[in-house]
Amino acid sequence: MNIVALPLLIPFALAISLLLFRSPTIGRWVGPLGSFAIFIVSLYLFSNLQTNGILTLNMGGWDAPFGIVLVIDYLSALMLVVSSLILVVVSLFALRFLTDDIPLNRFYFFFFTLAMGMNGAFITGDVFNLYVWFEVMLISSFVLITMGKKKEQLEGGIKYLALNLIGSFLFLAGLGLLYGKTGTLNMAHLAEILRNDNQAVLMNTSGILFFVAFGIKAAIFPLYFWLPASYHTPNITITTLFAGLLTKVGVYTFIRFFTLFFVQDQPFWHNLLLITAGFTMVIGGMAAASYYETRRILSYHIISQIGYMIMGLGIFTPLAIAGAVFFTLHNMIAKTGAFVASGMIAKIKGTYQLKEIGGLYKDNPLLAVLFIIPAFALAGIPPLSGFFAKFMLIKAGFENGNYIITAVALLTGILTLYSMIKIWNEAFLKKQPDNQAGKVDVKLAWPDYLPLTILATASVLMGIFAASVFSYTMEAANQLIEPSHYINSVLKNKMP
Amino acid sequence: MNSIILQIASKYVRWLLVIFSVIILLRGHNAPGGGFIGGLLAGLSLAYKGFAFTPELLKTEMKVKPESFMGLGLMLIFISVWPGVFIKSAFMEGIWFTIPFPFTEGYKFGTPFLFDIGVFFTVIGVTVLFLFSLSNNKSWK
Repeated sequence: MNIVALPLLIPFALAISLLLFRSPTIGRWVGPLGSFAIFIVSLYLFSNLQTNGILTLNMGGWDAPFGIVLVIDYLSALMLVVSSLILVVVSLFALRFLTDDIPLNRFYFFFFTLAMGMNGAFITGDVFNLYVWFEVMLISSFVLITMGKKKEQLEGGIKYLALNLIGSFLFLAGLGLLYGKTGTLNMAHLAEILRNDNQAVLMNTSGILFFVAFGIKAAIFPLYFWLPASYHTPNITITTLFAGLLTKVGVYTFIRFFTLFFVQDQPFWHNLLLITAGFTMVIGGMAAASYYETRRILSYHIISQIGYMIMGLGIFTPLAIAGAVFFTLHNMIAKTGAFVASGMIAKIKGTYQLKEIGGLYKDNPLLAVLFIIPAFALAGIPPLSGFFAKFMLIKAGFENGNYIITAVALLTGILTLYSMIKIWNEAFLKKQPDNQAGKVDVKLAWPDYLPLTILATASVLMGIFAASVFSYTMEAANQLIEPSHYINSVLKNKMP
Repeated sequence: MNSIILQIASKYVRWLLVIFSVIILLRGHNAPGGGFIGGLLAGLSLAYKGFAFTPELLKTEMKVKPESFMGLGLMLIFISVWPGVFIKSAFMEGIWFTIPFPFTEGYKFGTPFLFDIGVFFTVIGVTVLFLFSLSNNKSWK
């Protein structure tokens, strides 16, 4: 199945073309059209997966477990589809919202390398290859943060890079231990070895290294400090790109590793996951409540919502895993939407400070409608996508008897609602404060509304067609909980 | 830096470095060497001029931009991925053929070698770009 490599090769080719042809008019076309091509390929792969089952490709003709395998199962395919939708939206958003100090071609170059790293992380079936894709993402995102050449961007970028590099070192250390103990880095092969070994508890050392490394990438409770330190500094386009994608890759690897091969010693891992999930939710939600700058509120919000995804993994029933996947997909869309909306507000008013703005509901009702959809989706109001995601998680929590974490999740919902209503009240309902000096009111043209319209539509559609999304995520969860299908399609029963 | 000796020497040493880098590139794959280290050496030969004179002089005298080096290299890498699909089965599968050469058993060439040349050019571009970025005083506002 050679098409499996296309999500990697298309962004790579697009990045090269941007490097060779440096005229801005080319970048203007290559960016959105290229992202759209990635989206189409992801959809095609998803439909192919439904007919043919799990897709694998042995790169370079080396059979698993000796070579690097690319694997697309339901989880990978769902993540690919939604993340490439985010790519399309952000590429359109960038056309209108990048400031002049960032050359469009340079932005799209690193945009596509980031996309390549992300797609690679989603489809690889090899632990070391995953590390390489993480590094590709880390380098591209560091360049993107510091692209505006401002001092606070450099500061935020250094914090981001330093903490993520520590994560990468721990990842590499865990990987080394894993390789030393099992002699393989192919995920399916690892699963086969570790699931059938009664001494697999000894893998907890390397498991905890992975836990910390992915925890840094996914920004869970004690390890999230890089995120609020860096996300409010770059251009809003870049923040939006990161908010939609970066931490979700960390969550993806969490789900992949802790369902596929770190399944021994379940009481320990699941309690650890649930405790960190609870703290992540509450601390993120409370920190968000204390700020009056939209980007900071939403950044802390990302952290808070990561908690829900980890909670689903910690409960570890098929419904809970499906809920975690559903929540991740919904969150990518709705969170990007919220950031796009905050960028539009800032373009109209010239500031992100909620205290200095107001009266947007009267001036711009369309923006108000478009904002309220992702905001209510994040807060979990039916019939939008967030409601079903939270419903699945909470139902799974009650069914499995995890009452404390479920109660925490329900209470955090109120915190989320509170900060969404805060943005709504301050930016939209309240009158424009008089004492503000630079009262700018930029009129938006119709292409400015396009990205948010796509996302709001996607969020509504995900709520309306919740049943089919639910069945896809259940399929993903079943493949994750019972990975024999995954293992067999990668190893093709060749192993002794 | 303004040293006559270094400036005169750079004229000759640079070409030595280029020749040496190509030798290193060619002996790669089965022996120590290859595209990355060869590219570093070739990049060094350009950097040599930058150190002996000024990086600005190098910047004005270089007819090919470092970005184009990187683009060319990455394109070669991209091209080297494809023959495997059409001739054999999977992406990046190595295709080898032997070029007969008198008095030897012939030279083996293949797509991994093309990949290595791609790495070679990419690394040249990156090295020179590093030199340029480090030499200009970018101000962070």
